[in-house]
Amino acid sequence: MTLPKELTRISATTWELPVSYKKGMLVPARIIASEKLINAMEQTVFDQAANVACLPGITGYSYCMPDGHWGYGFPIGGVAAMDPENGVISPGGIGFDINCGMRLVLTNLTEQEIRPHLHQLVNRLFARIPTGVGCHGAYKIKESEFGMIAEQGSRWCRKAGYASSEDLELTEEGGCFQGADIDKVSHKAIERGIHQLGTLGSGNHYCEIQVARPENIMDEKIARSFGLSIPNQVVIMFHCGSRGFGHQIATDFLQRFLKAMGPKYGLAVYDRELACAPFRSTEGQDYYAAMKCAVNMAFANRQLILHRIREVFSETFHRDPFDLGMRMLYDVAHNTAKLERHRVAGTTRELLVHRKGATRSLGPGSPELPDCYRLTGQPVIIGGSMETGSYLLAGMPGSEATFATTAHGSGRTMSRHQAKKLFRGDKLQKELEQRGIYIMTDSLGGLAEEAGAAYKDIDEVAAVTEQAGLSRRVVKLTPIGNIKG
Amino acid sequence: MPYRFLEKVATADVAFEAWGSTIEEMFVEAAEATLNVMVADLSAISRREKITLVLENDSIEMLLFDFLGELVYLKDAQRLLLLVENISVKKDVGGYELAVTLAGEKINPKRHPLNVDVKGVTLHLFEVAKTASGWQATVVLDI
Repeated sequence: MTLPKELTRISATTWELPVSYKKGMLVPARIIASEKLINAMEQTVFDQAANVACLPGITGYSYCMPDGHWGYGFPIGGVAAMDPENGVISPGGIGFDINCGMRLVLTNLTEQEIRPHLHQLVNRLFARIPTGVGCHGAYKIKESEFGMIAEQGSRWCRKAGYASSEDLELTEEGGCFQGADIDKVSHKAIERGIHQLGTLGSGNHYCEIQVARPENIMDEKIARSFGLSIPNQVVIMFHCGSRGFGHQIATDFLQRFLKAMGPKYGLAVYDRELACAPFRSTEGQDYYAAMKCAVNMAFANRQLILHRIREVFSETFHRDPFDLGMRMLYDVAHNTAKLERHRVAGTTRELLVHRKGATRSLGPGSPELPDCYRLTGQPVIIGGSMETGSYLLAGMPGSEATFATTAHGSGRTMSRHQAKKLFRGDKLQKELEQRGIYIMTDSLGGLAEEAGAAYKDIDEVAAVTEQAGLSRRVVKLTPIGNIKG
Repeated sequence: MPYRFLEKVATADVAFEAWGSTIEEMFVEAAEATLNVMVADLSAISRREKITLVLENDSIEMLLFDFLGELVYLKDAQRLLLLVENISVKKDVGGYELAVTLAGEKINPKRHPLNVDVKGVTLHLFEVAKTASGWQATVVLDI
């Protein structure tokens, strides 16, 4: 593909589009990528990163991470830090699946110990964690309780006996964005979300049993600090978000912002999916409080799924989950906006950081980190396809340049329809089983769409984040069991 | 073919075009395309439950957006897979009014060949246009 002629290479991993690239750009756009990754990016990524650079209040650069691909409004992998006093908040900078995120859980079991039980474990996980189209009913929740979940996130789970204090410490923001207000959420959103707690969903959401093989450990010291100290240690990784609840909130506010932005605030954007409102306006603050409800619902959702995973392992091995070493390693959010303090041009400022398909990546020493990760940097979990594996990384000091942000996944390169034409779900399932990866799904069509070849090279994405000084590779995790929606 | 999925528009999601000689026909096709993303064989959906909806919007485009959003909402809130039974779109002074009867049943993975879930309707490239032969819609669904 031809790259835009205005694109210049600033360093081995940074590419810049100047403000002259598009009318209205307030800051340049910067894309973090290797030559291979930048050449594979769609033209839309450059246009969208430039559109984001036009949003009022944007500070520094409009960033796109190495796994970037086109999205709605913002590219996936898009990062924008807004001045909260004169800047905007945009649902398109957060995404529809608010706080879609990753959680990684340790065990003290080895691959050898788990292999004889693998089918039973995967089948039980599949039975206990609803997956797929319209999945629901893992937990019975009253509407009054749902309001508390949306406002308290994982804290509600701790009170209800589904989480330990340590689980909360090992979740971004302690599993609760403060200031969530359920009164800012539509009843429709509540109706969509109330049956969906403890469910995985569909698309690229999954729960996977993985192994940290000795040959794939890249930083042994940090791996040890993260709790990976046994050869061929088994971990569980899962990816899901706020389900229909977050989607409905995003849809509701997208429409409300579209109506208000021009007539009330005189704002114009290149793309309707970039609808925004001043952060300090009624609309902006209402969305921020509603978005936090979806963030908290997603934290609670992942916590309730973790509770089920612990139950399944406990039943299968007839041992207490804590005796099985089922400690959380970390939980990171992908799709959020949050007020954070960052250094810009030598001064520390409060900024509203939008991350869409991008992971917070705090370097060593950050005061926001739990004590156990103060020296290592924040664990960063980059999910790959079910075939190619995933990465655990650690935040590096260089991430301050990107407002403490790194990549989130491998990013698709092939459309769902194209993948379905090329791969057959049943065949793929059998082939993967021969390769030692046992998969349960209720949608073979959906499985074909998630074939490894439909994604970017995750090794390249992870390596580039390290080269760019954003996140250091600690271990590549190999899948052995997977449930998919 | 009254709707077709577009290959290169939405890498991570699903895009389609739907056509009809009337607005109503185009709405029916757009609804079927949306359901077809989730269920591979629409004839597997038995039309045993009925729901009536009335929606209003200033523009025909946003009326389609609201209508498809309603199908996604009913799929999550009531677990219903719904197809159009009767539909009428009227223009009045305030804009457009859609009156529709939907028929279908609750999701049953044993009988419905499920594909991927539709999480939302987006405004990315979203368009409703009058053509020489009727109406055409372009829709990108978030997966």
